[in-house]
Amino acid sequence: MIVGEQKPIAEIMKLLGDAQKVLIAGCGTCVTVCFAGGEKEVGILASALRMMSKLEEHPMEVDEVTVQRQCEWEYIDPLAERLGEYDAVLSLACGIGVQAMNERFPESITLPGLNTTFMGLPEEQGVWEERCQACGDCILGLTGGICPIARCSKQLLNGPCGGSQNGVCEIDPDVPCAWQLIWERAEKLGRIDNLLEIQPPKDWAKSRDGGPRKIVREDLQLGRETTEAE
Amino acid sequence: MAEETNNGYKSGSNLEKILRAGHFVVTGELGPPQSADGSVIREKANLLKDVTDAVNITDNQTAIVRMSSIASAVLTMEEGLEPIVQMTCRDRNRLAIQADLLGAQALGVRNLLCLTGDHQSFGNHPTAKNVHDLDSVQLLQMVKTMRDESKFQCGDDIKGERPTFFLGAAANPFGDPFEFRPYRLAKKAVAGADFIQTQLIYDIPRFREYMKKVVDMGLHEKIYILAGVGPIKSSGAARYMRDKVPGMIVRDEYVDRMAAAIKGIPKEEKAARRQAWRETGIQICIEQIQEIREIKGVAGVHIMAIEWEEAVRPIVEGTGLYPRPIVNE
Repeated sequence: MIVGEQKPIAEIMKLLGDAQKVLIAGCGTCVTVCFAGGEKEVGILASALRMMSKLEEHPMEVDEVTVQRQCEWEYIDPLAERLGEYDAVLSLACGIGVQAMNERFPESITLPGLNTTFMGLPEEQGVWEERCQACGDCILGLTGGICPIARCSKQLLNGPCGGSQNGVCEIDPDVPCAWQLIWERAEKLGRIDNLLEIQPPKDWAKSRDGGPRKIVREDLQLGRETTEAE
Repeated sequence: MAEETNNGYKSGSNLEKILRAGHFVVTGELGPPQSADGSVIREKANLLKDVTDAVNITDNQTAIVRMSSIASAVLTMEEGLEPIVQMTCRDRNRLAIQADLLGAQALGVRNLLCLTGDHQSFGNHPTAKNVHDLDSVQLLQMVKTMRDESKFQCGDDIKGERPTFFLGAAANPFGDPFEFRPYRLAKKAVAGADFIQTQLIYDIPRFREYMKKVVDMGLHEKIYILAGVGPIKSSGAARYMRDKVPGMIVRDEYVDRMAAAIKGIPKEEKAARRQAWRETGIQICIEQIQEIREIKGVAGVHIMAIEWEEAVRPIVEGTGLYPRPIVNE
């Protein structure tokens, strides 16, 4: 899932500036599951903003709405008719949701209430950790299902740096060394041969090439004539 | 420059010649200043020349901004000392690294040490974006291809003079997973390393165990292995390395000896304590080199006395490794 974290309230107030009527828009998918921007968090933030507006003597009317998925047109389109009444929308979706709102409703301004942090999983209740950086060229098949791109602090592809000791990364004793995990798993699976081959430089063009990456699936596109009817 | 690669040398550097001739090599380390003051390099170079065969010029060591290692290397050469330029993967992508290496070659640099680089969070710009386009193994492979096949990483030909570096890499026998370490060394050998410098050794039994595996794998016949040593400055420094530096193992015997060195010297006599510590640190280092020299597969020592370059001469002299050999052919 995409994991996010709410921005500090002071930063949110600053972003909202002199807006007097604000709609907080939550999202019912990833950020609901990670307790950052679902219906419940929208309610809590709305109350906080109302209190802040009183404390700071800055009159602010705050409404709430949560859509199932802020990253898809069909879920956000029903908001179109309401948006005209607000000075600003504060989105508690991930950065994709914030951009979808701005793109679909260019007459309104939608501001981010979250910092979108990573794609990861809840390791336990209340603890999330990154697992994937969407590098676009998955190597989990070589590394026993443990990703050195997301989990090694230097994104090494050919084994651990000199800073790995007692199973932890040099940057922080609370961070497990990804290559220690990869090595232990390869030993267990009897597949250390994979780790002895030199992995060539990675094709980062599939990752952060600059400019948005795009996937086009003609087989799924609507309104496109089937050209290969034969 | 064709004559430089005569006699089958890869680079023709002093370091390569001395290793090839079978002498026990001594390399040192020279840390550039956190300023544009070239005289710092010149002073350190003069302390290290004559007692070492070549010196590493660190590349933003511990992720702290310092004078560029290639620029510092040129100043070092001007003082008559051969540099080993360090290059990390942290600060440059493959374009920047190749461009810098073409320049280093043109300026006369002939030894290159390929490193991953300390993490930026340890340095003075912890919020910097790191690069790690390549890792150290891939960096070795790239520079070897530039040298041996006259090709850039992308496959394009280098038209004209190519870089001819004698290639080094680091190894940490004290890092984990311990069993992986000799294999990682083997990868570096295959990727292109001609020589290896190890992490500081303060656990000789563990180093011996590592070297046994290395020799069993026949790696000592493919690459020259230089054992990393360094004089300890004080008992505080010994404890710090033992307890705080990731990837290091310091046996208690060294910590205890450093502590014992100042026994009976009152706390107020700071100079006397420092002197006692330094003498013991140098003595331990001499004994270590003598012990390490007997370990099969070790081709030399890499003495790291950062900000204590004066210590290198008594260490080299104390181990009977002075004067340094001269190999002309």
